[in-house]
Amino acid sequence: MSHGTESPAHVAAELAMVMIALALFLSFIRLVRGPTLPDRVVALDLIGVQAVGMLAAYAVATDQPVLLDPATVLGLVGFMGTVAFAKYLERQARDE
Amino acid sequence: MSERLNAVLLVVGALFMLLGALGVLRLPDLFMRLQAATKASTLGAGCLLLGVAVHFQDLGVATRAVLVIGFFFLTAPVGAHMIARAAYAVGVPLWDGSLVDELSERKLAANPAPAGSLPEWQSEQQAEEQAADD
Repeated sequence: MSHGTESPAHVAAELAMVMIALALFLSFIRLVRGPTLPDRVVALDLIGVQAVGMLAAYAVATDQPVLLDPATVLGLVGFMGTVAFAKYLERQARDE
Repeated sequence: MSERLNAVLLVVGALFMLLGALGVLRLPDLFMRLQAATKASTLGAGCLLLGVAVHFQDLGVATRAVLVIGFFFLTAPVGAHMIARAAYAVGVPLWDGSLVDELSERKLAANPAPAGSLPEWQSEQQAEEQAADD
């Protein structure tokens, strides 16, 4: 990952990646713990946003601007998943 | 100058993401967690993507980064609102210390079951909650 000369931006990007990895771990605990399905949906949505952040930091760390395209797609798919889950939950509530 | 700026943006963005995840792990009920997840994490992602835009100093990259930021700022509130509504409909409990539940007050106003005015009802609810705590 390191390219010989370490500019402040690369150091910052690697530090950011470590912090986002920690954040991913914390939200994964919430995903496992629940306790309700909406809690898990929130955690999953958050993991999607953090994945976009991780890709952004990785793009800077490796000097690869192409990585922004997967970030865009991930953001779109994450929103779709959230909306689908919310619709499903609301229908479940109405059927009761 | 821009070398320092993007480093600061990246670290600040990651810090906000970490705070958001901490909030989602530690806050007591779903609706508070949703707030941490939506606001802090969206700001974090926005800062990180802005850092990317500043770092590459390229029009195409900056456009894509701003596009993703705009997309997040549009979809995050919508998604959070939908989850919160669905969760309330399913019956996810509020935190024990919650004082106001305007949605259920509106439901009560639609079919007024308890006699008395709203403040009394609220104090009744609080007394019930305190009894539940004890």
